[in-house]
This record gives sequence, structure tokens and C-alpha cells, in this order.
Amino acid sequence: MAEAIESGIGAPVRRKEDMRFITGEGRYTDDFSQRGQVYAAFLRSPYARARLDSVDASEALAMEGVLAVLTGQDMAADGFGDLPCGWTVKQKDGSDMVTAAHPPLAHSIVNYAGEPYGLVVASSVAVARRAAERVITEFTELDAVVNPALAMDSEDIHAGVVGNLCYDWELGDASATDAALAAAAHVTRLDLTNNRLIPNAMEPRAALGIYDPGTGEHTLYTTSQNPHLERLVLSAFVKVAPEHKLRVIAPDVGGGFGSKIFVYPEETAVIWAARKLRRPVKWTAERGESFLADAHGRDHVTHAQLGLDEQGRFVALKVQTTANLGAYLSLFGSSVPTYLYGTLLAGQYKTPNIHVEVHGVYTNTAPVDAYRGAGRPEATYVVERIVEIAARELGMDPVELRRRNMIQPADFPYQTPVALVYDTGDYEASLDKALQLIDYAGFPARRAAAAVAGKRRGIGLSCYIEACGLAPSKLAISLGAGVGLYESGEVRVNPTGSVTVFTGTHSHGQGHETTFAQVVAARLGVDIDDVELVHGDTGRVEFGLGTYGSRSLSVGGSAIVGALEKVIAKGRRIAAHMLETDVENIDFEEGQFRLRDSNRALSFGEVAFAAYVPADYPEDLEPGLSEKAFYDPENFTYPAGTHIAEVEVDVETGVVALVNLVAVDDFGILINPLIVHGQVHGGLAQGAGQALLEQAVYDEYGQLQTGSLMDYCIPRADDLPDFLVDTTVTPCTHNPLGAKGCGEAGAIGSPAAIMNALTDALGVNDISMPATSEKIWRALSG
Amino acid sequence: MYQFRYHKPATLEEAVDCYQSAEDGIYLAGGQTLLPTMKQRLAAPSDVIDLSAIDRLTGIEVTSDEVRVGAFTRHDEVARHEGIRRRLPVLAFLAAQIGDGQVRNRGTIGGSVANSDPAADYPAAVIGLGATINTNARQIAADDYFQDLFETALEPGEIITRIDFPVPSRAAYRKFPNPASRYAVVGVLVADFDGRIRVGITGAGPCAFRGTALEVALQGNLNSAAIEGVEVPDVGFNNDLHASAEYRAHLVKVMARRAIADLVG
Ligand SMILES: Cc1cc2nc3c(=O)[nH]c(=O)nc-3n(C[C@H](O)[C@H](O)[C@H](O)COP(=O)(O)OP(=O)(O)OC[C@H]3O[C@@H](n4cnc5c(N)ncnc54)[C@H](O)[C@@H]3O)c2cc1C
Repeated sequence: MAEAIESGIGAPVRRKEDMRFITGEGRYTDDFSQRGQVYAAFLRSPYARARLDSVDASEALAMEGVLAVLTGQDMAADGFGDLPCGWTVKQKDGSDMVTAAHPPLAHSIVNYAGEPYGLVVASSVAVARRAAERVITEFTELDAVVNPALAMDSEDIHAGVVGNLCYDWELGDASATDAALAAAAHVTRLDLTNNRLIPNAMEPRAALGIYDPGTGEHTLYTTSQNPHLERLVLSAFVKVAPEHKLRVIAPDVGGGFGSKIFVYPEETAVIWAARKLRRPVKWTAERGESFLADAHGRDHVTHAQLGLDEQGRFVALKVQTTANLGAYLSLFGSSVPTYLYGTLLAGQYKTPNIHVEVHGVYTNTAPVDAYRGAGRPEATYVVERIVEIAARELGMDPVELRRRNMIQPADFPYQTPVALVYDTGDYEASLDKALQLIDYAGFPARRAAAAVAGKRRGIGLSCYIEACGLAPSKLAISLGAGVGLYESGEVRVNPTGSVTVFTGTHSHGQGHETTFAQVVAARLGVDIDDVELVHGDTGRVEFGLGTYGSRSLSVGGSAIVGALEKVIAKGRRIAAHMLETDVENIDFEEGQFRLRDSNRALSFGEVAFAAYVPADYPEDLEPGLSEKAFYDPENFTYPAGTHIAEVEVDVETGVVALVNLVAVDDFGILINPLIVHGQVHGGLAQGAGQALLEQAVYDEYGQLQTGSLMDYCIPRADDLPDFLVDTTVTPCTHNPLGAKGCGEAGAIGSPAAIMNALTDALGVNDISMPATSEKIWRALSG
Repeated sequence: MYQFRYHKPATLEEAVDCYQSAEDGIYLAGGQTLLPTMKQRLAAPSDVIDLSAIDRLTGIEVTSDEVRVGAFTRHDEVARHEGIRRRLPVLAFLAAQIGDGQVRNRGTIGGSVANSDPAADYPAAVIGLGATINTNARQIAADDYFQDLFETALEPGEIITRIDFPVPSRAAYRKFPNPASRYAVVGVLVADFDGRIRVGITGAGPCAFRGTALEVALQGNLNSAAIEGVEVPDVGFNNDLHASAEYRAHLVKVMARRAIADLVG
């Protein structure tokens, strides 16, 4: 039993999957190959906006090894549908958002540089790429709309989308908010941009399409965070193949950060080409294609106003945001700047009046969708930056101002003015711990010491809240979601007592194989190594909605708990029969079915064996020990916490060093703190990247200027301090694990903390992210 | 990458012959610039001529007044070389700032100087120390070597064999790295040859150049106060995503000041 306890709930178990990853034994999409396999290279638009006049493939087709050149015209002729958007946002006036048709392969107009309009299939990657260059395409270049802030005053890029406006959306009470602002003793105003980011998963996107002409079965290996959703979309909307003839396998996936949630043109085209050519077709993106054609993140322009009364209590928050959706709506692109953003604007505070208005606009840039945090980093950035500035304007300690406005433990459940009901939390507990960890009281001395060395030191907080485990299905669907938000879990006990667990979530770096095994091992009292997790294959896992929004444990884990309870219930019936008693007298704990008040017991393994070799077995019970459950959460979970950053600025060069970064988060019950801390570290790194280094830049013609890692700066180890990470715990009140989700918090909370620290150091209200040394130098010399 | 013919000559003469008979030949040294360019299909040479087997391009010689570095010497070797660290520590220090470990293990001094990337580090040393570029055909003085963006005095097919660096009394290099690529946004090398000052600047312009105004101000007056009043005009400076010309001009002065501070303590 010692083993089980060491790997029990809360134990920092090392990740089971890591040995395979670090020894190169992981199997990613590109590692799978088939006999007779051929390779695709995509034809991509060199222009941000152009009419596609003609495609002349004759020269390419004449090349040795070229099997086909397929275009968007061909795909449309084969009856393929458009790529759908999975969330229909309702506008202020009650009408649906205006959706621009998004063909998987463009056939008449291209709308961003890098948009695919065809593919070459050839016997090798090299031949395919060379042939792609020999395809002669005539375009008529059109003026591109690039800047989201100007999009509504620019030429319409999609027929029928007036002013490039996809939606004009609002949430909250506009007139009450305006009235409260007008009556406020003080109003703080802030203009912010939330910089556009490029996800950069370590593994680029890839797809391998296989068609079996005998059975009519299609198999698609692809880099997906949610293979069942991929299958659903491809079959129901794009009409690639009926769902029962389509198997989607997402094997090991090397990171996603949201960018692999979506259904992309490339995998759609690959499975189509495989059927058309009756050859397995593979495509693996080059890094440059990832930059151009993965969905980007963030990209908001915001004006915010915070009203306060004489005592520094928030009376109203009004937020106006223009969100760049890119050229087309990606699968969840519409929901990110609305339901995942506007709903979070209460933050940790009791602001009574909040109104948010979002203009979602189309531009000639790559589609924008969820990227680690998805809407919640943008919301946190607005709230935590403006609160900080308000404190400065009022001459108040920013900690004190936050405390004065925080929702208190006694206030839960707390209904915000922006739709959410927070179930639980203790925000000051995290705040206090973070202040202690960073030695807030000692900051003035550190600042003085830095000044002696010619450096400007600043400190900044961010008290964030987020919403994970998007839920419940019924509510989300009523708000426009096209899918449910539950999860499935299956626990298959093998005759020898080992356990195979199936989940509809997908691990692409999150360590599910360990965390979920811990949950199962702890509940069944079996060894963690006797539990195997299966995920990422629609042919093996019943159904699921994948991994995004930090939902896997709180939703997917809860489904597994549901299945575990059914397994135990059945086990108790079997044990009762074998111990010749009634089921009420059987307790299950630590892997033993015990007859209460006796020393008679059966091990979990003995009962499992009996279920499959039913010699001594209840008459009215089916053999076997395998159970499934679906879990639909009744509410979101609300991770929250305080991040505090300390920076030092070299005044001569403007170089900023992030010298301290503390994160104290409340993720509810932790199953594996080692994995949780790892997730936080990664998130903090991405948050620091957003604040200080990362920026997708398009020029005025819509050409991506930051198309490689030589120009797009993602943080490296030497850009980051040693993080100080800790947690507080208020268990989630409505799921059986008490868990809230930890995958995104690092990226949600930290940018505001870093920018508050930096602006504190410089004595300015804002510098746009990323705060490059030149911007800082200009602020210092201005 | 496109198809090409690969050659690995054993002598300089063979290499040059090979180049001359190729339709569109190119020399390959460490490949840290050339191979990424080929992989991105921005270069499509017909023949790639690998210089790695040519003995004459290797070897480091340290004398009392000169450090001679064979063109095929990897950055990492320069960074770690005992003799260089003793006689010309600034060169070892500069080499250690280039790229990352992988790049330093492959990239060569000859490749860097032949390529003349505006943001490369070695050119600051070539200019700042007044090095001599030896080729298979001749010797080229540093001041005559760098001509424009990726343009040098090398004739087509000419091969750098060795670079000779005079040893100054003292010298220091300061680099302001691009946070993404880690190349130099600006790099300044200040060298003192018994009171004669040379300043080599990289990153700021289309190619490395001498900071003559800074040199004049520092002549006989090697301290950071001496350059306070010197204007660094940003005319012709690089102006890109990563830094404006104005910021680069500012950084030239800051890096120069810091290099001087390294020298005079
Ligand atoms: C990620 C990354 C980061 C980098 N960071 C830096 C940095 O911080 N600072 C910096 O200075 N550089 C940096 N570099 C460039 C690196 O230093 C290269 O090694 C160098 O620029 C070229 O040297 P090479 O030996 O790799 O030459 P190659 O790539 O093989 O060749 C480059 C060019 O020089 C020509 N050539 C090579 N040798 C000779 C010769 N002997 N005679 C004539 N022509 C020749 C080739 O034909 C080719 O045109 C970086 C490179 C990478 C990939």
C-alpha cells in the first residue's frame, strides 16, 4: 500500500509519459507512415487579399513524381462544405453574427497571406514543394485591410459583411454602468492593446490521411487537441465522410496551447486527397507555415473606464473592445473575445455595474482563435491594469485598493454583473501569500538598492480570476455554442485487475497519463503502474470534446470518477455475493471490498477476476467490469490567484530584466503538484513572452514580418527568473474532485503583473506589449 | 532545399577549380547561414563545395603581436582557445557571444566574415582590430574589406584562408543582442594600440564600419566622458522591426561607453 499512498491524490509523482518523450520514443503524427504514402505541399497565397484568376498546373503535373494538383475549385466541385464556426454569437440587436464563408481551400478570393488554395501531391516532400513552385497562379491583388482599429472604416473584404463587422456584441447593463460612471467620484481611463501572438507549439501541425477503398473507411492521423470534435466537424459540416466511416487519431502531440483545437484546411484537404488518389497522403508543416497559417491569438484594442467612489470602491467598469478575428472565423474564434472575455471582467471584485461592448472585425490576417487563456488573459489585462492605474491616480497602495474591493469568502456563491456565478474562493489568502513570498515589505529597500546601481525597479500585482471547464452544456448551447461541453470517461477493468482508462480529453503535454492514473489508482487502491490511459483516438474512445480551457481534470477527470463509482458499485455487488451478504454491508476502501464489522474481505483483483470468470457470481448480474460515464458540469470552475512581478530597467538601453515572478494560485484540490507547478511555469513563461517579447507583426500590405523565430521572439530560459510558485486551496464545490484547472493561469495572470511592475518602474501609465527595450527607452527619453 | 551537387575538395586549388567549373557554385563552411537559406529555398546553388577537408584553412597561431586564425575555425574553438584567451581575450569573448552552443560548434570565422551579415559579431573585431583578411589570392586590409549589405571585397570564387588580428594593448567588445535571433542589434569593439584607438561597429549599418568620430574623441583620452559630446548620426543606419535607426545610434554610444568602461575600469 505504500506505493499507492506515494502516488495518491496530492503526491508529486513524476510523469509516467516522460521517459518515452525524453528518450525519443514518443510517436507523433509525422512518425506514422503507410505503404504507398505520398506527400502534400500546399499552394499558399502570397497576397493578403487577391482575386484568384487562374491556376495553371501543367508544368507541375509534367514533373516526375507528381500525382496531382488539387485546387479549391476541385474541392468545391466534390461537394465539400465550408469550415464552420462552432459558436454563433448573437449581436446587440438580437441578430446572429455575420459569418463569412470559409472554404477549406480558397477558390475565388484569398484573404490572408499564406491562405491555402490548393495542394500538390507527389512521391516525396521535395518533389511536392518544388512542383508547388511551378504552379503558375494569376492573382489580381486587392487592397488589404490589416489594422483592426481601422477595419470598420475600410473597404469590405467579404461580400455581405458590412464594415467588416462580424458582430457588435455586448454584455451587462449599459445605462446603469454609464449612470454609475457619471456619478463616480473618480474615473480612471485607459487605452490598451493586447498584442497579437503566434502560438508556436514545438511540434508543427501535421496530418496523414488514409482511405480504405474496400471498407470506405477514412483514417486521419492529425495533431489535434480534440479528435472527436475534429471528426464531428469534418463529417457533419465539411462532409468529408460519414462519422462512422471516419476515424481520427491524435497520437502524441507536441504542444498546442489552443492552436490545435481547430479544424484546419490542411487536414481536411489531406483526407480528401487520400480518397481521391487512393493513396495515403501526408503533410507536415514547416515552421514557416505554422507562423503563417496556425490560428493566432489575442489582438485586441480596448478603451476602458473604471469609476470609483470616495472610499475607493469600484462603482462601474465600462469596456469597449475591438477584437481582430482575422480573415475568417476559426472554430471558436467568435467566442473567445465575447463569452470567454466579457464574462471575466468582474475579476475578483465586487464592481456592481459592468458593461462591455465588443466589435469583432475581419481583417486580411490569419484567423485568430483561442491561445492559452483565450479571452481570459485579455480580460485580466484590462481589469488588473486599470485597477493598478486607479490606485496610482488616487495615491493609494494598489494592494489596499484591491483588498477593499475583493469578493470575500462569505459572499459566495457570488453573482457577477457579467453572467457568471463564482462558486468559491479566498482571494486574500492568495494575495497574502504572494505578498509574503515576494517580500513586498522589503521592496522599497530593493528599489533603493537598484537606484544606486543606476537601475529602475518596479513591482506590480495581478489578482486574476478565470473560468475553466466551460459549462454547462445547456447554458452554453443557449448562448450559441454548437457543441456540448461534457466529457466522457470509461474505466475498463481487465480480468487480472489492471485498469485501462479511456478519456475524451487529450494530453499534448499536460501529463494526463499520470494525473488520471493517480485518480484511478487512489480510488481503486491499485498501483499507478497498473493503470493505463487511452486517449486521442475516435476508434478507441467513445466520445469526447478534447482538451482546452483547462477542462481535462475538472470535467474529464470527473467523468472518470463517475465511471469509477459505477465500477465500485458493481464490485460491491459481486463481493456481497461472494461473501454471502447484502450489498449494504460491503465497504470499499484501499483496494479491499470488506464485510463491515468483520475481517472478511476480497481484494479488488479478486473481484475483477470473478467478474470475468463468473463461477461464484450473482444470478442477476452481467459479467464483466467495465463502466462508462458522461459528466456535464453544472458550472465553470474558477481558478484565481495573485501574481506579482518585479522588474529592473537599465535606463541607458531600456532593457528590462524580469527579476522576480511569484504566482500563488488556487486551483482547488491538486492531484499532482509537480505537474501543476510545471503547468504554471510554462504559462508564466508565455505570459512573460507576451508582456516583453512576443509580437506578430503584419506590414501595411498584410505580409507577416515576424515569420520565423529569428524575428518572432519567444522567451528562453535566460529571459526568465526562477519562478516562485505556490498554491492556496478552496475546493471546487461542484465537481467530485474539487479540482479547478491549472493549464492557463500562468499566462492569464502574469502579463498584467509584469506590465504593472514595468510601468511602476518607469512612472508611466502604459507601454504597449511587448515592452521592447526601444519602447522603454523612448518612454524614458520622452 | 533544392537538389545540388556536393563536392569536398582536399585543396584550395581544387576548391577554386570546382567553383569555376560550376554553373552556380557556393562554398560551404559551417553552414549556419548557408544551410538555413537553402532549406528555406532562398538559395538554389547548383554545386555546394564543402571546405571542411582543406587543411590550409585550419589552425590557430598566436605570436606576441598577432593572432592568426584559420578560416575554418569554429566559433567555439576561438572562444575556448588558451592562446587567444591570453593574448587576445576580446576575440574569445566575442566568439562566445555568437548565437548559441549549436551555432558556435558549427559556424566558422571565415564563413562569418565572408558572409558579412550586418548583424554579425566578428566584423566588429575585424574592423576594430584592423585585421588582415588573407585569401587564396591576396591580402585585404579590414578597412577595404566590408563594402555594403552582404557585400565584401571578395571576388567571386575567392576563398578566405586566414584572418590575422594585430594584438592591441587592450580591447573590449560590447554587444546589444537582438532578443529573438541573438545577433547584434549593435556591437562595438574599442581597441587601444598604445594610444592609437580603433572603434569597430557592427549591427548599426549595412556592414561593419569604423566609428571614426569616436576614435578621434578617444585619441589620447580613453574614457567614457570623452565621447559624451560626440554625435552619432543615424544616417544610413538600419531601421527595422527590431530597432529604429535612431535607437541604434543611441545604442552605439551606450555600447561604446560600456566597452570603454571595461577597458579603463
Ligand atoms: C540561430 C543562429 C544564430 C546566430 N547568431 C549569430 C550571432 O549572434 N552573431 C553572429 O555573428 N552570427 C550568428 N549566426 C551566424 C553564424 O555565426 C554563422 O556561422 C556565420 O554567419 C556563417 O559561418 P558559417 O561557417 O556557418 O558559414 P556558411 O553558412 O557555411 O557560409 C556562409 C557564406 O560564407 C561563404 N563562405 C564560407 N566560408 C568561406 C571562406 N572561407 N571563404 C569564402 N567564402 C566563404 C559561403 O559560401 C556562404 O556564402 C547565427 C546563426 C544562426 C543559425
